[in-house]
Amino acid sequence: MTQAGSLTWFASHELRLAWRDWLSMMTAGRRGREKVVAVAVTIFVIFAHVLAWYFIARYVEESATPSKPALVVITGSVLLAWSLLISQAMESVTRAFYARADLDLILSSPAPARKIFAVRIAAMAISVILMAALLGAPLINVLVVRGGVRWLGAYGVVIAMGATAAALSVAMTVALFRVIGPKRTRFVAQIVAAVIAAVFIIGLQVAAILSHGTLSRMVFLESDTLVTLVPEIDSWFWWPARAALGDLTALATVLGIAALTLGGAILVFSARFGTHAIAASSVAAVGGRQAQRAGFRRRAPARTLRQKEWTLLLRDPWLVSQTLMQLLYLLPPALLLWRSYGEGTGALVVLVPVLVMAAGQLAGGLAWLAISGEDAPDLVATAPVPRSHIVRAKVEAVLGGIAIAFAPFIAALAFLSAYGALVSALGILAAAAAATGIQFWFRKPATRRYFRHRQTASRFATFAEAFSSISWAAAAALAAGGTLYALFPAAIGLGILAAARWMSPHKS
Amino acid sequence: MTPALRIRGLAKSFDRPAVAGLDLTVRAGEFYSLLGPNGAGKTTTLRMVTGLLPPDAGSIEICGIDALSDPVEAKRIVAWVSDEPMIYDKLTPYEYLEFVAGLWSLDPDIAETRARELMDWLGLGPHAHERCEGFSKGMRQKVALAGALVHAPRVIILDEPLTGLDAGSARQVKRVLRERVAGGDTVIMTTHILEVAERMADRVGIIAGGRLIAEGTIDELRVRAGQGHTNLEDTFLTLVAEQQAA
Repeated sequence: MTQAGSLTWFASHELRLAWRDWLSMMTAGRRGREKVVAVAVTIFVIFAHVLAWYFIARYVEESATPSKPALVVITGSVLLAWSLLISQAMESVTRAFYARADLDLILSSPAPARKIFAVRIAAMAISVILMAALLGAPLINVLVVRGGVRWLGAYGVVIAMGATAAALSVAMTVALFRVIGPKRTRFVAQIVAAVIAAVFIIGLQVAAILSHGTLSRMVFLESDTLVTLVPEIDSWFWWPARAALGDLTALATVLGIAALTLGGAILVFSARFGTHAIAASSVAAVGGRQAQRAGFRRRAPARTLRQKEWTLLLRDPWLVSQTLMQLLYLLPPALLLWRSYGEGTGALVVLVPVLVMAAGQLAGGLAWLAISGEDAPDLVATAPVPRSHIVRAKVEAVLGGIAIAFAPFIAALAFLSAYGALVSALGILAAAAAATGIQFWFRKPATRRYFRHRQTASRFATFAEAFSSISWAAAAALAAGGTLYALFPAAIGLGILAAARWMSPHKS
Repeated sequence: MTPALRIRGLAKSFDRPAVAGLDLTVRAGEFYSLLGPNGAGKTTTLRMVTGLLPPDAGSIEICGIDALSDPVEAKRIVAWVSDEPMIYDKLTPYEYLEFVAGLWSLDPDIAETRARELMDWLGLGPHAHERCEGFSKGMRQKVALAGALVHAPRVIILDEPLTGLDAGSARQVKRVLRERVAGGDTVIMTTHILEVAERMADRVGIIAGGRLIAEGTIDELRVRAGQGHTNLEDTFLTLVAEQQAA
């Protein structure tokens, strides 16, 4: 047994909490579902390996000496994954800062707070590393099988990426904290995290569109233009890629730098972590003043409800950022659309499904806010308004939001192809309506601050919403291509909707 | 005279029966306090009355309106305030009351006048145009209460409305409720603060195991519980203990 108050004692405490959090997230807090989760995770792991095999097995070079194009692709993939890890780590750090949880207990106890926060930063790094390893494992395992054991070095690179991402995130969050203060840091850090995640993916897509007229990032990474622009093959710039390919010197260097970075971050920031966390958790929300109006407006209950939904959304910058971030990913298709004017309708097959998919995802988020994220459910339920009218008003609020967000795209598409615009509009409507229906059938009251974790309420609803959007996107893409095969994915979309209704705890 | 609330054979089970064949009548214009130990079925009963939970069996009439067959008409004259004030953080009290007025389809001019009066009574006037996100629990509870009263309900149902309120806020809420009863409205309130029930209620109902085990004025309950009880707390504990022993 470890001695109370020691580093290992704190570490085991953090580990136990992290494990229970993860288990609770996977089982949606329901007991006795561990076996179901284990089976689902196993199926997911097998499926991910099959998928990884299908996509990358044929590209693996067996040559021991890496070529420059191979280094470019590996480095691009590492940077892409690293940006996502930094984003995830920033989320974790912000959560750790702003969750009061056990902070009072820790800081009022005679235990050395610095040790606890050192363990906490290390735990964040470990969770980021584990997540990266879990998601990267199928790819790395396929690379090992096809390209040899030298690819095991990729696991070392994953560890280094996780450690440096955690260190950088702590540093960036503390810097934000000092520059703009605890009140604004929460909001800004979450925006920064989302932008970091999006900027590299979108940047690659934009580069691919501008140079090759395609949305494919790989086409750009494999292009001769890029290969001639990047540093020579013996540059240190390629060391992470070389480490992934099993170069032991490069691997040791990369791991060493990562360990030093994380150790330095722990040493520098653990002492002040508690002070910042206390400052962050003590920030009291101060209600802003609204302009005074003279007189209540005459509105029917349905309009009152719709207006309330939009007002609440527009007044919450965090929620606006969370929902609008999904629209950031529409920038590349918009760019592709702009480039496609006068070049025929070939881009439609790429554009239409992206729009439909995004509409489904956005509608799912808005529907969750309007239906499950109702902050005063008792008030609305005790109002003298038939339930069907309340539901209809909320659905209208969601679809109205979708219409406002996607109307400019449809209008722009109409200039390119009226048929394409019509197909897109129908696809968007179908995907948005399906996502709203699924959210309605799987509604579970929650406060709006759980928006980011709404998926944990029902795994089935989450997957149903995603697959429904994919089906409608596929149907719209095929319809845009003018083939009747569009009916197949449309039928699958309807089947998913029927299954969701059948499985739902609320049938009406 | 038509009672404000008439419940017959009301039943609701979750894992076990929460309300088991409850009969209850509350007269119009009285302050009725519903007491009971934790898990006695008080909140479940009130949530069924307000239409938030469908009962498994039984009937509910509010001022003569069948609340199960005509819930919209029943809701028009009922207000519900729960122990946890559920309001919108991003709206101001003024906007919240305008929202309630819209849901109840009230005349905007009348509703606004009433809203301003209520905000003044409850000390919310200076904060009428501030978003509720910075409000204390007491302030939030007062906003919720103003929302419940802005549509001039005939029956006001409150579940532990004084929990977490400071002395000043509790006094304001009690004063407003007394004024509503004096004006002819009916107040039905659950509370664990027995002194409040003792001071404010015209009649008290004690519920345990999902059934009404005793009902009457404070004096009637003392008589029923036996000699030697000088306050409601002793009376309440004796009656609940008798029921549990039976």
